[in-house]
Amino acid sequence: MNLLSIQNLSLRINDTLILHDVSLDIAPGEVVAITGESGSGKSMTALAVMQLLPEGSDTTGQITLDGQDINNLTEAQMCALRGDTVGMVFQEPMTALNPVQTIGAQVAETVRLHRPDLDPMGRAAEVLTRVGLPPDQVPLTRYPHALSGGQRQRVVIAIAIACGPKLLIADEPTTALDVTTQAQILDLLRQLAAEDGMGLMMITHDLAVVAEMAHRIVVMQHGAVVETGDTATLLANPQHPYSKALLAASTHHVTLPDTDTSAPLLRVENVIRDYPLPRTKLFQSPGHMRAVNDVSFDIPRGGRIGLVGESGCGKSTLTRAILGLEPVQSGRITLGGDPVFSAGKPNLAVRRRMQVVFQDPYGSFNPRHKVARLITEPFHLLETQPTATERKMRITEALTAVGLSPEDAEKYPHQFSGGQRQRIAIARALIIRPDLIVFDEAVSALDVSVRAQILDLIADLCTQYDLTYLFISHDLSVVRTITDRVLVMKAGQIVEQGDTEAVFTAPQHPYTRTLIDAAPTLPERTEHV
Amino acid sequence: MLRYTLKRLLSLLVSLAIASLVIFVVIEVAPGDPASFMLGINAQEDTLAALRAELGLDQPKWQRYVSWVGGMVQGDFGMSYQYRTPVAEMIGDRLWVSLPLALYALTLSTLIAFPAGIYAAARRGKPGDMGVMGATQLGVAIPNFWFAMMLVLIFAINLRWFSAGGFAGWDKGFFAALKSLTLPAIALALPQAAILARVMRSALLDVLGEDFMRTARAKGLTRGQALRRHGLRNAMIPVLTILGLQFSFLLAGGIIIEQVFYLPGLGRLIFQSISARDLIVVESVTMLLVFAVILVNFAVDLAYAAVDPRLRART
Repeated sequence: MNLLSIQNLSLRINDTLILHDVSLDIAPGEVVAITGESGSGKSMTALAVMQLLPEGSDTTGQITLDGQDINNLTEAQMCALRGDTVGMVFQEPMTALNPVQTIGAQVAETVRLHRPDLDPMGRAAEVLTRVGLPPDQVPLTRYPHALSGGQRQRVVIAIAIACGPKLLIADEPTTALDVTTQAQILDLLRQLAAEDGMGLMMITHDLAVVAEMAHRIVVMQHGAVVETGDTATLLANPQHPYSKALLAASTHHVTLPDTDTSAPLLRVENVIRDYPLPRTKLFQSPGHMRAVNDVSFDIPRGGRIGLVGESGCGKSTLTRAILGLEPVQSGRITLGGDPVFSAGKPNLAVRRRMQVVFQDPYGSFNPRHKVARLITEPFHLLETQPTATERKMRITEALTAVGLSPEDAEKYPHQFSGGQRQRIAIARALIIRPDLIVFDEAVSALDVSVRAQILDLIADLCTQYDLTYLFISHDLSVVRTITDRVLVMKAGQIVEQGDTEAVFTAPQHPYTRTLIDAAPTLPERTEHV
Repeated sequence: MLRYTLKRLLSLLVSLAIASLVIFVVIEVAPGDPASFMLGINAQEDTLAALRAELGLDQPKWQRYVSWVGGMVQGDFGMSYQYRTPVAEMIGDRLWVSLPLALYALTLSTLIAFPAGIYAAARRGKPGDMGVMGATQLGVAIPNFWFAMMLVLIFAINLRWFSAGGFAGWDKGFFAALKSLTLPAIALALPQAAILARVMRSALLDVLGEDFMRTARAKGLTRGQALRRHGLRNAMIPVLTILGLQFSFLLAGGIIIEQVFYLPGLGRLIFQSISARDLIVVESVTMLLVFAVILVNFAVDLAYAAVDPRLRART
C-alpha cells in the first residue's frame, strides 16, 4: 500500500488556480523527487500534504497519508499527525530555527509533543547524534546562531525525524548550502530514508540533485504534473516537451567565440584584505581576519574568467576590492595600469570602466524608477554626459542587445520577470561599454531555462562586444561553460587556476577535486530522437 | 553575560557623568539669579551678596559642580533656596508618590496592551483585530488629561467610587494610598497601553511571518502554541524598548495628570521649582530623572540579553 497518495488535488488561493489535478504516490522507503521551475506548484503540493497552506486556500481532491484521508481530519488531528507521522525540512536553515531557543530544546519539543513516554532531552541527544551532531561535540545548549548553515540544516532534519515519521518532506533542503555541505546533507537524507524505510518527498529545482537521490521523478509545470517516471528512464528518455526542455536547460552549453587575449587589462598583485575583529582586551590592539590572502592573477582584455569557491572563501571581498569599493591592506589592483583605489578613495577614472551585475534581479533596482533611468545610471560616472539623442540611442542599443525592445525603457521593473530583470541589469552594465564586467552570482537566482537564456545572451554579447568579464559563481557547471579560465578560491587564497576545461577534467589541488566531486551531476544522456 | 553586564554598567556610569555635566551647565547658563529672585527687584546689593554667599553661589562654577556631584553621591542634594529644607527630603516625599504611580500605570498598561496586541495579531485582518486597532488609534490620539477629566467625571463625581484628587498618603494604609492613585494611573496608562498594544501587534506579525514559525507548525504545534512558545519571546525586543521609554516618561511626564488630580509628585515639584528659580531643586530632580532613565535603559539592555542569546554572544 502507498504511504502517501495524492489524487486529483486542486488548489485555489483567493480564486487563483495554483494546482490542478495533481496525482502522485509515495511508497514506504521510496524517494520521490518533485521537480519543476519556480511557480510550478512543488512547494504548494508539499504544504497541502502538511495542511499548512496560506490563508484563503481551497483544496479539492484526496490526500491519503498512512491510510487516513487528511481532508477529513480536524486541525487537532492534523497537529497530532504533523511532526509525528510526517516531518518536514525547509529550504533556508538560517531562518528555520527559533533564534532564542537552544537546539536541544527545539528538538526535544517535538518529542514532548508526540512521545510523552520518552525522555525528551535524551531522545534529542540521540537524534542529533544520528544526524551527525553528537552532544559531546555540539552541546544541546547551543543556540542556532553558533552553528554553520549545514549544522543548522542537520538540526532541522533532527526536528523532522525526532519521532520517526513515516514520511519526510524536504523542500529544497540543500539549495541554500555550499556544494560540499549539500553532498553531506543529501547523503544523510538518503541514508535516513534507507535505514528507517521512510518515504521521502524531495522537492528541488536541481535535476542533478534529483538524479543522484530519487527513485522516481515527478515533473511539474504551471501547477500540474506533466510527467512521472522512474529516475533513470525519465532522465534518459523524457517524453513530455517540458521535461525535455528542463533537462536540456540543465545541461546547457554555450560556445564562446575565440578572442585574442594577449593584452593585459586587470592585474591583481599580492592583494591582502584584512577585517578587524572586535576588540577582546582593553589594552591590546584588536586582531584581524584575513579575508583575502596574497591573491594574484591577471585578466587579459577579452578574457572570460571564472571565480569559484564556497561561501566565506573571500570571493565577495575580492570582488569589492577589484571594484575599488574598499581599500586593500597590501598589494595592488590595476585596470589598464591605473590603480582602482588611490589616495584613500576609489579612482573614478577607473571605476567608469568597470560594471557589475548582481545576483538578485529583484533587489538591485529602485522600484520607483523606469527602465530608461535605471540603465542610464552609469552615465553619472562619465565626465561628459551624453546628449539627449545620444542617450536615447544608447538606451535603444543596450535594450536591443539584451533582447528587450526599446519600448521597454518606459516601463517599471515590477513589470518584468526575473530573467528579464537580469537582462536589464546586463543592459545597465553594457551601456557605457565598460572594459570589465563583474558577474556576481548573476544567474544563481534564476530558473534553469531562464539561466540557459541568460548564458546564451552573455555568449552572444561576447561575439558582439568583445566582453571581458569576471564570472563569480558557486555553480561549477555554469562556470565550466561560460569561462575560458577559472580561479578556485579557498580560505582567502587562490588554490588553483588554469584553463577551465583543464581544471575541470584534471584538477590538481585536492580542494578543487573535492568541489568537483561534491557537485551533483546529471548522467550522460544518449539522445533518443 | 558577565562581560555584557559590565560593559553596560560602564556605559551607565559614563552616561551619568556626562548627563550631570550637561544639566549643570545648561541650568547655570540659563538667565536668572536665584538670590535676586528670592529677595525681589528692590533688594540691596550687599543683602544679595550675603545671600549668594550663604547659598554658595559666589563660589567658582567648577567648585559648585564638584560639591553638587560629591554631595549627590553621598545622598546630600543640598538645600532648597526657596524653602530652606534639604532637597533630598523634598524629593524623597515626592518620589513616594511618583514612583508608585509610574509603576502602577506601567503595570496597567502592560496588562491591557499585551493581551490586546496578541489578540489582534492572532486575528489579523478580522473584526477583532480591527476593533483593537480602532480602539488603540483613539487611545493614541486622545490626550491623557482628557481621559483624566472623564474618569473624574464618571468615577468621582457621578459614581463617587474614588475621590476627585489629592493623595491619601501611605500612612493611611496601602489600599487607601493605592486607591487615590488608581484614577491617575488609569489616565496615564490608557494612551501608553494603546501605543504598546500596537507595537506588540506589529512585532508579533513580523515574527509570525518568520520561517521558524512554520517549522514550529510542522512540528505539530497548534497556531496558539506556536505563537506563545516561539512567537512571543522573539517579538519582545521592540516591546521592551517601548516599555523602557514609557517608564521614563511616566516618572516625570505625569506632570499634567499630577495637576489634574492634585498629587504631590515630582512633576509638580519640578514645575514649582522652575517658576521659583529654585535651581538646586531643578538640578537635582532633573538629575534624578536622568538617573532613572539611564537605570531603566540598563535594565532594558539586560532584558534584551536575557531574551536574545545572540546579543549575549556579540559582546
